[in-house]
Amino acid sequence: MSKTAGSLFAFQQRHAPYLFVAPFIVLFCTFGLYPLVKSVVLSFYITSGPKSQVFVGLENFLFLLADPDFGKACLNTAVFAACSVFLQLPLSLGLALLLNRKGLRGRNLFRLCFFSPRLVGMVFVGVLFSLVFAMRFGLLNVALHALFGTSLELDWLGEARYVMPALVLTSLWMYVGFNMIYFLAALQNVDETLYEAATVDGANAWQQFWHVTLPGIKPVAVFVVVLSTIGSFQLFELPYLMLQNSRGPDGAGLTVVMYLYENGFVTGDLGYASAIGWTLALGVLIMAIGQMYLGRTWKKEV
Amino acid sequence: MGEDNPIRKALLYAVLVLAGALTLVPLVWLVACSLKNSEDFFAHVFFPPLDRFTLDNFRELFRQMPFLRLMMNSLFVAGTTVMVQLFFSSLGGFALARYEFRGKRVIMIVMLATMMIPAQVMLAPLYELITRMRLADTYLGLVVPGAVSVFGMYLFRQSMLQLPDELLQAGRIDGCSEFGLYWRIAIPVSRPMIGAFCLIAFMGTWNSFLWPQIILQSKELFTLPIALNQLVGLQRQDYGVLMAGTLLSILPVAGLFLVLQKEFLSGLTAGAVKG
Repeated sequence: MSKTAGSLFAFQQRHAPYLFVAPFIVLFCTFGLYPLVKSVVLSFYITSGPKSQVFVGLENFLFLLADPDFGKACLNTAVFAACSVFLQLPLSLGLALLLNRKGLRGRNLFRLCFFSPRLVGMVFVGVLFSLVFAMRFGLLNVALHALFGTSLELDWLGEARYVMPALVLTSLWMYVGFNMIYFLAALQNVDETLYEAATVDGANAWQQFWHVTLPGIKPVAVFVVVLSTIGSFQLFELPYLMLQNSRGPDGAGLTVVMYLYENGFVTGDLGYASAIGWTLALGVLIMAIGQMYLGRTWKKEV
Repeated sequence: MGEDNPIRKALLYAVLVLAGALTLVPLVWLVACSLKNSEDFFAHVFFPPLDRFTLDNFRELFRQMPFLRLMMNSLFVAGTTVMVQLFFSSLGGFALARYEFRGKRVIMIVMLATMMIPAQVMLAPLYELITRMRLADTYLGLVVPGAVSVFGMYLFRQSMLQLPDELLQAGRIDGCSEFGLYWRIAIPVSRPMIGAFCLIAFMGTWNSFLWPQIILQSKELFTLPIALNQLVGLQRQDYGVLMAGTLLSILPVAGLFLVLQKEFLSGLTAGAVKG
């Protein structure tokens, strides 16, 4: 090896890690950090188009607090998130517990089947379910009519009070099986001897679940709860597609991100959109940190 | 946990089969509706009699929109994004897993933080930036901002942490460059994670709607989600056509999943269970 080749070799050895993370750093600074900082700045301006920007200080945020549409968007988003955590995740866990029973045959087939909706992208689910919830021929109305004799004219997406149930039902279909995969993997990692010990100690099924299973899957459970909450807070495509690019009747399908999109890219006020974005980020951060904190303290009790 | 007795076992299977049926019914309905004409749409909930199956919906779909072109657009965008993300993310993950260097901790913290901040915060300034870079309404504007996946870097770091150090040292002694170690040792060993990541990244790009919706204006550049959304607006009466379009749009992801499902399911949970 010649001397220059040797020093070249030493050079690449010394600087390799920096070269390897360089693409990330360059792209992150350009398309992550810069927009992030810029969005803080933008949120202090009222903008319309690229040319007109007026500094308004905190007025965007103050206006946001009193904006009834934003209130509605927050409420809808919060209801959806609550349903995800308190309805969808227990169902996922229940399904995972069933699939984890000893001696079950066809486990992989069931798992594949429950997981399959996740393969359909949110947009395509939106199109499909806008038809599932349609009047007269929609699958849900036809099924309800056959089973319970309800009217075929239930207007799921046209009547304000039915819109949220329709969105929640759709999200159940999409995500119950997907989150089940996480729970199932966690259940399979719980130490088998703990169950044996609990049985010897005379613990019943419920006590076993409470004292062995739940603590055993806690890290994954916290992870799934946080992930579902963050995902729910970003709800946009599903209602936007299902309600044919609208907020739905009386804004029943308006979400925070949909409101951000409307303001930033339909009305053209990127400043107000940024203020909405940061309010959303704050909400997500508070929820996630709160959940992780709850997860940590809960461990100590058990 | 002990074995279940026969009654409980029957109940267990009943519940699972019911849940499975509820999951599959909308998909079966989708297939059925794309294969029947508008008269049978109301006459039969699911499949019409065999002799009334028709491909008319698909013909109509191809007549109404350049579906093949849209499919190629989507494949091009998703394929390019996956390849670029795969390379940069695994390279970054390799550095984070196998080297100690200054700034590493900062990078890890920043990565965690970006996963907590919803991407929509950046939507407005990113749009402004892309417009100023004259990348609006181009595929570059679609691919470049997401060229490194933070989630992917995290995944690859996790899997490459398990590489035995002796393997890399042996490579170094044999005169392998650091990039060679990544390319010849780390990448081949990470094949399962690569499979998982490819599917996750492909699904993410294939289904992405908001960002393309914002920056794409030319119809020739549209991806499937954007075009399908427009079709919904145009075709309120022609449900069979919509179903046909939806069905064809989800087939590529389903196909890729069938190829990669083993890697995918293990890769998906690896980060959560072990991390």
